[in-house]
This record gives sequence, structure tokens and C-alpha cells, in this order.
Amino acid sequence: MKLLQPNKYFWQGNEACVEGAITAGCRFFAGYPITPASEISEHMAKQLPRISGIAIQMEDEMASVGAIIGASWAGAKAMTATSGPGFSLMQEFIGYAFMTETPCVIVDVQRTGPSTGQATKCGQGDVMQSRWGTHGDYSAIVLSPNSVQEMFTLTVRAFNLAEKYRTPVILLSDETITHMREQITVPPLDSVKIINRKKPRAGETAFFGSEETAPMPAVDEGFNVAVTGSTHDEYGTRFTADPVVHRKLVESLNNKIRNHTEEISDFEDCNIEDCQISIISYGCTSRAVYEAVEKAEAKGVKTGYVRLKTIWPFPEKIIRKLAEKADKIIVPELNLGQIYYEVERASKGLAKVIPLNKIGGGELITPEELLAKILKEAEKND
Amino acid sequence: MADKIEIRISGLGGQGVVLAGQVLGKAAVYSGKNAVQTQSYGAEARGSAAKSEVIISDGKIGFPMVRKCDILIAMSPEAVEKNVKALKEGGLLLIDSTTVKSVPKIKARIFKLPATGISEKVFGERLYANIIMLGALIRMTDMINEKALEKAIRDTVPEKAVAINIQAYKKGEDIVGQILS
Repeated sequence: MKLLQPNKYFWQGNEACVEGAITAGCRFFAGYPITPASEISEHMAKQLPRISGIAIQMEDEMASVGAIIGASWAGAKAMTATSGPGFSLMQEFIGYAFMTETPCVIVDVQRTGPSTGQATKCGQGDVMQSRWGTHGDYSAIVLSPNSVQEMFTLTVRAFNLAEKYRTPVILLSDETITHMREQITVPPLDSVKIINRKKPRAGETAFFGSEETAPMPAVDEGFNVAVTGSTHDEYGTRFTADPVVHRKLVESLNNKIRNHTEEISDFEDCNIEDCQISIISYGCTSRAVYEAVEKAEAKGVKTGYVRLKTIWPFPEKIIRKLAEKADKIIVPELNLGQIYYEVERASKGLAKVIPLNKIGGGELITPEELLAKILKEAEKND
Repeated sequence: MADKIEIRISGLGGQGVVLAGQVLGKAAVYSGKNAVQTQSYGAEARGSAAKSEVIISDGKIGFPMVRKCDILIAMSPEAVEKNVKALKEGGLLLIDSTTVKSVPKIKARIFKLPATGISEKVFGERLYANIIMLGALIRMTDMINEKALEKAIRDTVPEKAVAINIQAYKKGEDIVGQILS
């Protein structure tokens, strides 16, 4: 087995995602190719067999999630990758993964939607779907990389969070970031922090519904465990009408994530203590922010930014703190307004929240467009 | 070299503009620079407009897309028409004169090279035109060194195609060398 050597590489985002997954311990991939995520399938098919892993092309996206759930219960770290249309199909089984507390990673490389939309063009329209895509009450962990480097590091983190909290984790990327090629530094592999799921001790019987995240046995380890999407108690026994068992289970599924929001939250910020205008961005859109903020500052407008690396759970406290400092918050997105509403909700009226939206053709919001918006808002007295 | 140089390679799907960008970006990184390469193509595998962009810089690269380019490589008439307005005044326009017959009247250095014709004549196939153009570009600028380009080709194209692609970039270099001298 040839291990990945620590070095500088010039990789595509999709490739970095695969190498990150393998570094995190992923040994099973099941997927159905779709632009702009196909290179993940291709690269997995090339790399995994070399290290005794398995990559399968499934008949569709539903089966892909079914396969990674099965692999996870067989003890493997498992992943699938898709884009919007496939992500829609996956929602049913993603719900099953939440309910059965199955660690796995689902990569959604966003393109423009709805439906087939523009297959090769970048968008950020799946943000709410990544949080609320399947039915019922649940809390999702969703990460948002903005570079090829983060396609590596956040994929590792996605696996770590999935293992730690026994939950599906969504890596929400976009066409720009995954098709882009950039320099990436791969650190020595033994310096990368890897988290593995908690395993039960012999004789343990409670494997579900704990806010502290229950241990997870694998098939063939001698534990007697029923895995079901129906409401169940901590032993996996079905209770399809009992209100107390349902409340306890579903509340624990939510609380095991929500109680750790601050630990899960990750962001990059600049000038937030002293700014008139602040920008909140994520993914490809954030790549315009650095230049726009620098130029706004040069023109005398105090400007700062927060760039979200985790979108869900939503970092309400950070946004609230920011709203206390800044007069206005601009939220650029390649959709018609999604995180904008969350920012407005979390700001509690303390700052004016202004959307900056663009869709179609894969055109990004440029630094010039963002700068123009900053300058316009800085001049207006409202 | 300026501290940041932006290149757009444009043509049709199937002409290898994305591969050319990939090789160029990789070669820049192997030369110790920062580089970002992006691409844009249609849903069809071949025949629709395609472009690949490379930003090479000594510093950090934020916005990854090219808005105004220093260098434009155009490999189809449509590519010239669509992209020429993105070329900076005084920039460099490199045209494949086998496929592009009409040259725009603009304030730029214009260089014509029948890359597709050369590829057909020397290698019996049209598909090395992209790397011939890269060879020409390398000869005309001091962005990256030859060794880095050669290593980038080795690391990017399938093993059986390495030798012929190296010949192709050398061909591009030679022709430019002859013209310049």
C-alpha cells in the first residue's frame, strides 16, 4: 500500500476531497456519477482498490446512500458524492441515517437548480436542503469548504464529526471549488487528527438515543442489535405509538448536535471588532470577499467579514455578536437568498442585513460587484 | 514577471483547453508560484464553447476567476469573438491560425501560430494543438521554466502520451523561436 506523501500538490477540489476521505479512514465509496461531482467517483474508483478499499458504482443515488449505511454498520467509514438532482433523491435514506445514527459522509457539489438546471454551472441553492432536506425533526452538520485545501481538511473533519456524533455529515461544496485546481499542502499523515466511533464493551446493550452519543457495534461483532428507521428505544426495540419513547429518541438526536454547536462551529474572520460593514459568506462566494474588503478599507470604509466553514448548526452567537458591532451586514450568495434569512434571524434587528444575490451561468459574484455594494451601503444613511 | 498574471485559454470542447490550463497551472506551481486553474464548458462532451483560466501569482490568490486577462489563447473563431474583449490593452493574443482566419483589430500583441495544422502534419492528429500553443506561450514569456512544464506534462497526461506531448511543446517553442529570431 502506497501512502499519500506529505508534499505540495496541484489538485482539483474533487481529488482533494477523495484524498482527504482516504486520509480520514474512508474505505468504502458508493455513488452514481453526476456533474460536477463525477471526479470524486472516478478518483475513488482508482484509489480505493489500491488500499483494499471498495468503490462501487450503484444503480442510482438512493442505492448509493443505502450502500454506505450498510458499509458503516459493517464497521467501515463510508462516503458518497453527488450534486443537487442526486442529493434530492438521497433524502429518504439520509433520514434513515439520521434516525439510525449511522456515521457517513455525503458530499453535495452544488450546481444550479431546481431540477437539472445548468449541469456544469456553479450555484449555492442547496443550503436549506442540506439542513431540511429529509422529513421529520433532526439536526444536520453541514460543512462548507472554500478552497482545494479545505476540500481536503474539511472532508477529514466531516468524517471526524460523523464518527464522533454518529450522524451523517454533509460536505456542501460547489462546482467552482471542486472543479478548481489549486496548490494544496498535504501534512504528514500522522499529524492529522482522526476520530473513530466509540465501540461498545462486551455485554453492553444500549446503542441508540443518547445525548452523549451511544457506542456503535458492527455486524459480526457478537452484539444483538436491531437497526430500524421506526421509533425505537436505546436497545433498538420498535415503539411505533409510544409518545415518550419517540420524544426521548428524537430529542436526543437533535441535542447531541445542538448541545455542541460551539464545538462544531468553525469560521474565519477579520476586522469584526471594529467595522461599519461586515460580510457573511461561505463557499465559492467567499473568494470575492478578500479583495472587496481590502479595497473598501483602502477607500476608508471599515469593513470586516465572517466566513462560515460550518453552516449548520447555524452559529447564531457569532452572528449576534457581529450584529452588535457592525451597522450593516451584507450576505452574498449564489442563490436568491437562503443564509440571508438565517443571518437576519440571528441578528435580532441589531444590524441591517442586506442580501446580494446572483444566479445562473456559473457566474460568481465578483469582487467589483461586492465592493460596489459595500460602498453604496456605506454611503446610505439608513 | 509581474506579481500576478492572468491567462485565458479558449476554444471548443475536445480541443484540450482544460488540459492545457491544468498543465500550465501545475507547471507554475512546480516553478514555485501560486496558481489557480478554473474551467468552464457546456453540458456536451464536445463541440460547445470551452475555456480554461489560469492565474499565476507570487502572492495569495483570492478570487479564482479571470476578469481581464494578460494573455488570451484562442483556438476557434468563436473563442476570439467571445473573449477578445476580456483581453487587457497591450496584452498578448495567441491565435491558432489553422482554425481562426480573421484576426481582430485590437491594441494587443497578436501572434499567429497554425498549431492545429502543425499537429496534423507532424503527429498525424489534430489533438496536440493545445500543447503546441503552450510551448509557444512558454517561449514568449518568462512565467515558468521548461523543466517545470515537462514535469507537469509527465504528471498530467497518460504515460503512453508523455513523449509525444513533450515533442509537441518543443515544436511550439521551436516555431516561436524561429519566428522571433
